[in-house]
Amino acid sequence: MTITAADIYLLLPLLLVTGTVVVAMTAIGVKRDYTSAAIITITGLLIAAIAAAVLMPGTNQQVTPLLIIDQYSLFFTVVTCASAMFIAILSYPYLLALDDNREEYYLLLGVATVGAVVMVSSNHFVSAILGLETMSMSLYGMVAYTVHSRSAAQHPLEASVKYLVLSAAASGILLFGMALVYAQTGTLAFSSLIDLADSSRGDLGNGFTVVALLMITAGIAFKLSLAPFHIWTPDVYEGSPLPATTYLATIGKVAMFVILLRFMEASEALAFEGILTILSLIAVTSILAGNLLALMQQNLKRLLAYSSIAHMGYILIAIIASYYAEGRIGIEAVTFYLLAYLIMSLGTFGVASMVSNSSKEYDSVDDYKGLFWRQPVLAAIFTAMMLSLAGIPLTVGFIGKFYLFFAGVEGALWMLLAAMVVGSGIGLYYYLRVIYRMLEPTPESGAFDRSGQTASAFGVVSVLFVLLLVLGVYPAPVIDLIEAISAYI
Amino acid sequence: MILVTLIAILFIGGLVAWFSERISPTMPRLVALIAVTLDLLLMFSLLGAGDAGGWVATFEADWIPRFGISFYFAADGLSVLLLMLTAFLGIIAIGAAWGEIKERAGFFYFNLLWTLAGVLGVFTALDLFLFFFFWEVMLIPMYLIIAIWGHENKHYAAMKFFIFTQVTGMLMLISILVLAYFHYVQKGSLSFNYHDLLNVSTAGSMGMWVMLGFFLSFATKLPSVPFHSWLPDAHSQAPTAGSVILAGILLKTGAYGLIRFTVPLFPEASMAFAPYAMALAAISILYCAKVAFAQTDIKRLIAYTSVSHMGFVTLGIYAWNEQALQGAIMTMLAHGLSAAALFMLAGGLQHRIHTRDMSQMGGFWARVPRMTAVAIFFSVAALGMPGLGNFIGEFLALIGAFQANITMTVLAAFGLILASVYSLWVLQKVFQGEYRNTDFDDSHLTDLNRREMTYFALMMVGLIWMGMYPQSFLNMSEPALNQLLTSTQGVAVALLQGAL
Repeated sequence: MTITAADIYLLLPLLLVTGTVVVAMTAIGVKRDYTSAAIITITGLLIAAIAAAVLMPGTNQQVTPLLIIDQYSLFFTVVTCASAMFIAILSYPYLLALDDNREEYYLLLGVATVGAVVMVSSNHFVSAILGLETMSMSLYGMVAYTVHSRSAAQHPLEASVKYLVLSAAASGILLFGMALVYAQTGTLAFSSLIDLADSSRGDLGNGFTVVALLMITAGIAFKLSLAPFHIWTPDVYEGSPLPATTYLATIGKVAMFVILLRFMEASEALAFEGILTILSLIAVTSILAGNLLALMQQNLKRLLAYSSIAHMGYILIAIIASYYAEGRIGIEAVTFYLLAYLIMSLGTFGVASMVSNSSKEYDSVDDYKGLFWRQPVLAAIFTAMMLSLAGIPLTVGFIGKFYLFFAGVEGALWMLLAAMVVGSGIGLYYYLRVIYRMLEPTPESGAFDRSGQTASAFGVVSVLFVLLLVLGVYPAPVIDLIEAISAYI
Repeated sequence: MILVTLIAILFIGGLVAWFSERISPTMPRLVALIAVTLDLLLMFSLLGAGDAGGWVATFEADWIPRFGISFYFAADGLSVLLLMLTAFLGIIAIGAAWGEIKERAGFFYFNLLWTLAGVLGVFTALDLFLFFFFWEVMLIPMYLIIAIWGHENKHYAAMKFFIFTQVTGMLMLISILVLAYFHYVQKGSLSFNYHDLLNVSTAGSMGMWVMLGFFLSFATKLPSVPFHSWLPDAHSQAPTAGSVILAGILLKTGAYGLIRFTVPLFPEASMAFAPYAMALAAISILYCAKVAFAQTDIKRLIAYTSVSHMGFVTLGIYAWNEQALQGAIMTMLAHGLSAAALFMLAGGLQHRIHTRDMSQMGGFWARVPRMTAVAIFFSVAALGMPGLGNFIGEFLALIGAFQANITMTVLAAFGLILASVYSLWVLQKVFQGEYRNTDFDDSHLTDLNRREMTYFALMMVGLIWMGMYPQSFLNMSEPALNQLLTSTQGVAVALLQGAL
């Protein structure tokens, strides 16, 4: 198959992100300069996001057998590039005082974003694995980035090795599952597996396919840190420098979820009863385990790690609902909630990294004591993010939860909905605990480091805050957009 | 449009109050007072007669067309009564906070006004999504009021309040969604509009489950036994203004929800459930009266009496005839005033002597005669003395309920006796007997000042008016109630014929 100029044009966002990395690398080669590396990356990501947004209307095309460039993938390309840009801006003050080479961090961030863009545009096992591994490899580096610094705040080596080993094992399982599917169908595209139930195409039997699907599900569940494959999450979140945690928790999760969604829809894997049962069990376990384990956490990063496990469980309900409900409400719910999750996670981690730097992270819940009276604006943003994670109205998290509930109701998934109500109820406790800490009187001692609070970082969290409120109060335009793009899945 | 204006004034007023703190620490309370007074004055324009359906004002605009959700506000006589109660008690609450809240006053009045805005939204929203939206919006500022300006155990109380209301709120959200989905299945389109949803058939076991989702949420807010345990904690820990809002207004949103939504939307399920709801009401009345008697914390005592009195409201609502409903509404209004006044007295006492423990009090009559007089008035009002509002409410509720369920009504009537017991007991304990101040510092124990007397007098006038000329209130709620009763009449007749 030949690649035409029109194809190149459609791949423009991906090429722009790649180009950004190359330009940044060359610039570093010419002269080491932290600021210019950061500016090149941020600008490149911004241009890529704009390019994807411009391409979005009317685009729906398979470019090479590996990548699908449709409105859905372009929507998530915009979202991914914009988020990566935000993370890059938030990383700048964090790494400013690092006593090691700082510039290459932005290369890793750029390469990871290349992987993420490939992931959200993938409807083929090869591109899924390529994108996933590109992103993961860069993330190992980002997690371990401060490892040579004498004053590194966290335990980057431990986190990185743990993530590397477990993630590689999960990739292995995922690949094995894909190989089994290939053995059955002879294709690596996410095409329909449902015909296999009639055993007209494959002759290895139904059980074979179910095993293959289970392995793929387990591999993906690991990357999404769904229970019971979540054990690595809190340690890696806690041990990584904050910007790397942010990347892992936001783009890393969202890109993977897009693959899961496309795979489940294209392969119609949910038609296998066993898969449906397993996914339901995973969803319930994630919701309950995530929320219960978050209850007693004193470390903010661990708390958010467990809460992200629960949130991934919530979204899984919508995926299951997409099988039962008529129409595309399940897909819309997944899409909206991913967007909401991205906004509130970025905001939460953004505020956390604004009060931290590479040699001292304020990641204990107690560190936020009195923040409301010391820095009302920052605390108000943080409070809004927490309330959004808890799903309280006026915030985007509420609309997201509304979507999930609605998908669940249409799918008549009463047990899963009950789990979600219980989970959210437990969740309130630990989110409110963080808010309550901020409302307490300021402690007498302990000066706060404000080096992270640059104007640009403030700009980022303010943008996220505004998005959180606007999408929470007047979500109609975005809902219409998501309704339109969900038709492409 | 007027309804949107009313809500907007409070939202904006809240923001202005917050920022006006920078000008002067006394500015926020002034801004808040102006905003709420302005609202109350504007509400007088709603007093006219409504259209055929009894609606005096409506406002509708698209919000999320994808799901058939709109900004649909409408008020009938029932809403207007509760709106005016809200604004009136809002002013009283600002009065209660006037001297008490000195720290972070700007943020306090911001929360106060936003709570009131949420309540106004609840009383006027006729799109169920919008209703739920406001239902939750009033929670967060209330949580903050308890969590920041509360007393010694505020964290626990605020958390409990929030989790109880939020979790049951989520069940209501699921119920709302199922109801909208019913509409989709039966009529072919999604809608959260109240009038559309009234046409949805909700008979059958599914209807019962969905109704229970609503009931649970409203019964928790009301509160009714066994979902009441958050209330004594929230009340005893909240600052006085918070208690006034909680007891006077927030509890009424639960009752309003039952009248406006639960019964009309699910007539079959509600009729079937009515005996159980009335039994819960009777248990609430008797059990909480008994528990109130066992309290030593004066605020907890009043909190339990609130649960007891709200039992009459539940009883009246589930009797579902005009007299009983009128009784329920009168009780809501009268209890709003009397409970608010009692909480302010308790708050005033705590502010003066820094304790709520009644076993340390006694013989205050000699020290604070005006306060004693006020306390006697409102205690007597609360125990149902004829001539005051509470009597009319409870009397009508009992008469109406008697026609629906004799056993439960007879049981509930014993609550009136228990009410006299605990009310008079408080008076004896705190104001009569030998004065002693061994356990507290009485240097600040001064009598009510002029400001305090003013708002107690306002509430007294209100209660006397309700007791002496209740017709002026009954006239307002009558068209709204007739509308609600006719909408469910078909079902009632069908059920009756089935029984015969």
